[in-house]
Amino acid sequence: MKFKLTFWKFVFAVIMALGTYALFVRFTQGLGASTNLTDQFPWGIWIGFDVLCGVMLAAGGFTLTAAVHIFNIKRLHAIVRPTVLTAFLGYALVSIALVIDLGRPYRIWHPLVMRNPHSVMFEVAYCVMLYLAVLSLEFSPVVLERFKLEKPLKYIKAALIPLVILGVILSTLHQSSLGTLYLIMPTKLHPFWYSPLLPVYFFISAIAVGLAMTIFESSISSKVFGRALELPILRELGRVMMVVLGVYGILRFEDLFHRGVLKLTLVPSYEMYLFWLEIALALVLPLVLLCIRKVRMSAGGLYLSAVLVVLGFITNRLNVSITGMETSAGQHYIPKWTEYSITAAIVAVGFALFGLAVKYLPIFEDTEHAPEEANAKAIAAAATAMSHAGK
Amino acid sequence: MSKALLYDATLCVGCKACEGACAEQNKLPYDETIAAEQVQSDHKFTVVLNKNEKYMRRLCMHCQDPACASVCPVGALHKTAAGPVVYEEDRCMGCRYCMAACPFGVPKYEWSKVLPKVQKCVMCPDRVAAGRPTACTEACPTGATKFGEREELIQEARDRIRQNPSNYVPHVFGIEEVGGTSVLILSGVAFEEFGLKPNELPKDPLPLYTYRVLSRIPDFVPLGGMVLGGVWWITHRREEVAAAEAAEKKEDRGGSR
Repeated sequence: MKFKLTFWKFVFAVIMALGTYALFVRFTQGLGASTNLTDQFPWGIWIGFDVLCGVMLAAGGFTLTAAVHIFNIKRLHAIVRPTVLTAFLGYALVSIALVIDLGRPYRIWHPLVMRNPHSVMFEVAYCVMLYLAVLSLEFSPVVLERFKLEKPLKYIKAALIPLVILGVILSTLHQSSLGTLYLIMPTKLHPFWYSPLLPVYFFISAIAVGLAMTIFESSISSKVFGRALELPILRELGRVMMVVLGVYGILRFEDLFHRGVLKLTLVPSYEMYLFWLEIALALVLPLVLLCIRKVRMSAGGLYLSAVLVVLGFITNRLNVSITGMETSAGQHYIPKWTEYSITAAIVAVGFALFGLAVKYLPIFEDTEHAPEEANAKAIAAAATAMSHAGK
Repeated sequence: MSKALLYDATLCVGCKACEGACAEQNKLPYDETIAAEQVQSDHKFTVVLNKNEKYMRRLCMHCQDPACASVCPVGALHKTAAGPVVYEEDRCMGCRYCMAACPFGVPKYEWSKVLPKVQKCVMCPDRVAAGRPTACTEACPTGATKFGEREELIQEARDRIRQNPSNYVPHVFGIEEVGGTSVLILSGVAFEEFGLKPNELPKDPLPLYTYRVLSRIPDFVPLGGMVLGGVWWITHRREEVAAAEAAEKKEDRGGSR
């Protein structure tokens, strides 16, 4: 096999080299040397992006397994595997990011034996740990199939429904708990984002992002791996996403109104601009797009809406964890290059692992071990999709 | 019956004897440069702020129901029955949620160390347990910091305001703020001048804010399981019924033919 250096491989190598060096700095010189964190600003992008956004972006796993296995929406079955894989990789990477952020990483196991059930962080730690186990079991059939291990496969399949239910419960708990984390900071978080409804917002938006990520992934992987696009499925997801966004938007603005901060959203300030950026990306633009039938029915329109929703809620998580804290901290926080590098490396590793998994494991049902047959199937599926699109 | 500190800013002369005594007690470095620093940090657990010859001493408030202790996933911080909020270094994994949660910005981190710990005033727990006053109280030459029973100190603080109303802002900081603290403060100038915001701080203990949500989890788990299991049963049963009906129809047609 010959190694060919492509543009993306080069980018990947650069990111990994920088990330490795940043990691070296972090573990030999400490958090002070490798981050711009301070006593006033103890949580930066490793928490705000790597953990909050990482967990949110992995939300497709629980929404889709629930839709297919609990609500019995069979049409979506074809995209369960790539979504569960994304979720599994997402949570694994979140755990790695946490290890890097902890001041004493080798004590990450402490919550297992030193329990404080009053702590939201304790609950999140347990949920993430258990959910990672659930996800690896949910994903295991893929590996077991690949190596033709029939017996364990049978056991896993028998336990699938309880596993899915457990996964949905655990996800509901910790997706919302990431919002609950901030409930103890009523005097610190800016009123645009501090709300008693934070756990509810985090949960609803996780569902919206879970759907958006599924659309996003299907679109990308159909391009990259030359697969047929499951357009009818994506349309369905798009419609549900529209409803979820609508509910979120109404709740959010009603709450702003009831807490008397709605008028503040029109007074120019650093927070105001970032608030409206978030609302425009996460709510206004995708809702307008999805309300237009032609856009909602097209692959490009769905893809664009999904990207906007993802970017919008990334902005939301960063607003909650960073923007909203700056005034009370009395300082702006701009991450150091080391913080960016490690975050970028973690994301890059995620992409690489996803690519490898797709290459060597039966992730997409139609590419299983028989390339010719798969191609034929893909063409057939594409034809069906096109005929659907033509209608 | 818990111990507390009463700091009366009107009696403070800004000599910083408390700072020095604190550094000695906790084996921290202390010199002129550190004395000039106007912030609490990992090497300065108490600070005497100076604004135009008006003083305000800041240290950990030792809340009655501390946010830091409530958020710590491993229970490294806890409030002792005697009053101090103490820190067990051996448990801490460095998540820094205590720092994010503290409404007074008290816990500080050893950012320059590879294996850092959280640093803050722990109210000399060994001394307090032995019935002795804290190091800072003992060092104070004017009695601006007083050590005693919390209830008695609250009474005394109120008496001081009543006897000398023109000297004080009519508010004892720490009786009600975030559910009460074990450090009580009297001041001659507005608390806001030194960043203390009695009007913005809730009267409820902050741990209530998260615990209200957290305490529902034990109900949610079995309930969620039941609902999801129920939905699964209904959706799959529907399918079975539909399949059975279709099979029946087929049979009927077959029979009539």
